[in-house]
Amino acid sequence: MTLPASPELSAPVEPSTTLEVSHLDVAYRVRGKDRLALRDVSFSIGRQESFGLVGESGCGKSTTALAVTRYLPRNGRLSAGSVLVNGQDPAKMDKRALRRFRARTISMVYQEPGRALNPSIRVGRQVAEVYEVGGTKKNEALARAEELLGMVQIADPGRVLRSYPHQLSGGMLQRIMIAMALASQPSLLILDEPTTALDATVEAEVLDLVSSLRQRFQTSVLFISHNLAVIAKMCDRVGVMYAGELVEQGPAQEIFDNPRHPYTVGLLRCVPRGGQRKDHGRLDTIPGFLPGPGEVQVGCIFAKRCALASQRCLEETPPMYDAGAGRTSRCHYHEQAPELPRATPEDVTLRSPDRSGEPVIRLRGVSKTFHTRGEHVRAVVGVDLDLKAGETLGLVGESGSGKTTLARVLLGLSVPDEGSIIELEGSPLAPECAKRDRRQLQAMQIVFQNPDSALNRRHSVRHIITRALKKLAGLSGEACERRLLEIVRSVRMEERHLPLRPYQLSGGLKQRVAIARAFAGAPRVLVCDEPTSALDVSVQAAILNLLADLQSRERVTYVFISHDLGVVRYLSDSIAVLYLGRVMEYGPAETVFSGPHHPYTESLLSAVPSLDGSPRERIRLKGEIPSAAHSPSGCVFHTRCPRRLANGLCESTEPGLVEVEPGHMLRCHIPVDELRRLQTTEDADLKAGQPKIS
Amino acid sequence: MSEHIDPAAAPVTSRATSDPAGTLTAGAAGALDVSVGRVRREQLHQLVRSKAFIVGSVILLWWIVCAIFGASFAPYNATTANILNTQLAPSAAHWFGTNDVGEDVLSRVIVGARDILEIAPLATLLGTVLGTTIGLAQGYLRGAFDMLVGRIVDAALSLPIVIVAFLFVVAVGASTITLIVVIGFVFSLIIARTVRTAVLQERELDYLAAARLRDESVPHVMFVEILPNVLGPILVEFTVRLGYAIFTIATLSFLGFGVQLPTPDWGADIAINSNYLAAGYWWETLFPALAIASLVIAINLIGDSIEAVLIQ
Repeated sequence: MTLPASPELSAPVEPSTTLEVSHLDVAYRVRGKDRLALRDVSFSIGRQESFGLVGESGCGKSTTALAVTRYLPRNGRLSAGSVLVNGQDPAKMDKRALRRFRARTISMVYQEPGRALNPSIRVGRQVAEVYEVGGTKKNEALARAEELLGMVQIADPGRVLRSYPHQLSGGMLQRIMIAMALASQPSLLILDEPTTALDATVEAEVLDLVSSLRQRFQTSVLFISHNLAVIAKMCDRVGVMYAGELVEQGPAQEIFDNPRHPYTVGLLRCVPRGGQRKDHGRLDTIPGFLPGPGEVQVGCIFAKRCALASQRCLEETPPMYDAGAGRTSRCHYHEQAPELPRATPEDVTLRSPDRSGEPVIRLRGVSKTFHTRGEHVRAVVGVDLDLKAGETLGLVGESGSGKTTLARVLLGLSVPDEGSIIELEGSPLAPECAKRDRRQLQAMQIVFQNPDSALNRRHSVRHIITRALKKLAGLSGEACERRLLEIVRSVRMEERHLPLRPYQLSGGLKQRVAIARAFAGAPRVLVCDEPTSALDVSVQAAILNLLADLQSRERVTYVFISHDLGVVRYLSDSIAVLYLGRVMEYGPAETVFSGPHHPYTESLLSAVPSLDGSPRERIRLKGEIPSAAHSPSGCVFHTRCPRRLANGLCESTEPGLVEVEPGHMLRCHIPVDELRRLQTTEDADLKAGQPKIS
Repeated sequence: MSEHIDPAAAPVTSRATSDPAGTLTAGAAGALDVSVGRVRREQLHQLVRSKAFIVGSVILLWWIVCAIFGASFAPYNATTANILNTQLAPSAAHWFGTNDVGEDVLSRVIVGARDILEIAPLATLLGTVLGTTIGLAQGYLRGAFDMLVGRIVDAALSLPIVIVAFLFVVAVGASTITLIVVIGFVFSLIIARTVRTAVLQERELDYLAAARLRDESVPHVMFVEILPNVLGPILVEFTVRLGYAIFTIATLSFLGFGVQLPTPDWGADIAINSNYLAAGYWWETLFPALAIASLVIAINLIGDSIEAVLIQ
């Protein structure tokens, strides 16, 4: 997003700034010791400017927001520096002034809209309260609440106001939260990961909304996110945080196109972009681990993980260097930063999948219907898929599209409907995993999304992996011990990790344990259900590369589920796009991404914010995925389809999944040539001169 | 101990790379919790530092000492009647006075700790073991077994526990074993309910799906996979039940179905001596009553402080 009148270039020194944070230190008192969570953080946000704070978890983004609003937990305090909002220092306010300050000057939107609203009070009451605090009468406040919801493009504000939060979707609630935050016309709006919990299509809508409202209300924005692409889209200027320090700062496009701090460089190399594949132009990783608070006393906080670091970096704390063009970088060698050597090789040779052989897994007419309270929820409907040895099938779709259900059916964790056929290497599998024999169980394993839930928190790493070796590979004694060490090393962990319990491991290490466990029985097929969505980008890159290497070595077939299209594209050989349990498009990964796409795939692709600065915003999906209990008639996508035919065919008849090109299947009434024409001409209109994706 | 990892292992303990979604919910202070590995030791420290825990432990320890060594340091023999010294008010010679047959009340209170501190923990332990097994099976297997046991629990709990115990004791005859079995059994139903709830939460977690995909046996899943994760609520339940057990035993003794005279017992002593309350001989009822109260309070203090530490 670029604002027409963004102040970034016109006036770096605004006469009055909305937020001025200077040399801020925040310390938390833990076990009687002060630990610095923020060190010497300085930045300012001008009037109507949008400033982004980006960084991985634990870097101090949220602490900064808490310090600005004076909501630090009881053990935290500003130990140095100052915060000025509109020239006032919240730290010096008395109770009444602080209350007024929070009510009028500053607003905050949190990550989980479902938890920001009181579940037992109707939405209307809660929205109206914002006005009542300002002294408006009850009835009038309600009327204004209705107006407010209309402003955030809620179609039926009356109904929404009478609803309880649990009756509304996440996207709707987040729009309500944004409306409430803006109701008081604050000078500063803080958005803390506002779209992280939302689907990409909904995220796109919410981000559009924030941009348009920001202009209308002339509010300054502090936007916090771990998602670099979202920050790139939403912010004029960006600050990159690492381990409690602001390491680089400057205009958004500058920072992302030409980073001047090794950490930013490394971080950007971890995000999959178009054209990068698991074997070619690989994602890089940042070696080492985030230091604990207070661990680095002297020198550069990033030195230990930096390939450019010299003796000087360990001994001398770098100041904020001026890197030109309104940018600062906390690096002695900021001029060399773009040439940071890679930590991992750029190209590797991976064995390509064997496309000619017999499929490892054959699915025919696989359906799954849940029967609850008289409703029949058709989560998966008539899926036919073939998986070849060593291939990665990417499953994409919004939440509620049936990706996870399909995976659970495949594994036998859910029993599919009568008539569904699942074959493993030519022999049919029992629908329930309890009825499958050891060889069959061993052949199919899963890496779950959330390692905290997937690993028994009372068992040691050794116990977890050994148990899988015993039960699945049938090993015991010395052979088991030998294989244990082998597997642990193959996921790049060390022997010293063996006695640890999951809570002693970082997120990335936990996921490695889960991967090691899945590989214990040397599976033929591995389902990866959003294995990196709970991880930071630098960790995600390492895990994705690990999965690719293991696949090549072990000839495993992956079913890779993800909502992140960039990740799916990086890893997958073929892709199936699901909508309301049906395969809408299926084909080789590059074909699915290059088009012609199914209109649904097209909308998914255009919803994803991209780092390359090319807004592929051709079409926007309106509304949310309908309930699978009441699937629309005809083509299930017709209710949201931007390319619905005028002749009523889409509403009345469900199209079949037809092979339109060799290996490329589409479920759409629009002929493929017409789709190609529509999509390429609009592309050309919109982005003349921009290279086509891929 | 695996919990204590040395600082050299710092990389593993850093929370650098956890859920970005957790940044907000875990709170900024959570992000600071570098040494996650020390959480358990930290919990223990917190427990030991809590005032409630210290007070509770000191009182409990005192009664345990009385139960074991009471006979050797009590000022008088607790069962020696002395018809010359009946119903004496508290004095320097008899701090808590004497009762209707001239026994020293202080000595009886001290020695009276023994039976109750034998029966209550054993009964509670039995109830916990049995209840945990039932609860694990209910929560994990669900289905008809869960329904059946659930109804039995409802039925059993609709009667006051004292009445149930009373019926049993009358039928089988009062003995230490009967008391332990009866109280243990009734408690197991209550504990089963707590355990079941905890298991239902665990059931949703993926590590159990992983166990299914390894074809683990039901007992393995129940006792090796789930049990270690529900020990917290079980521990809390144990302390709560222990308090109730003491209360129940005292009540049964009071009703004459517990420990038989002349063995010193707080509940039985209260029952006998309360006859003389109207005559103004308050000390022989008050001190055993205070003993019961102090023991129950001590156990509740300990239970509460454990719960407080576990819940955060």
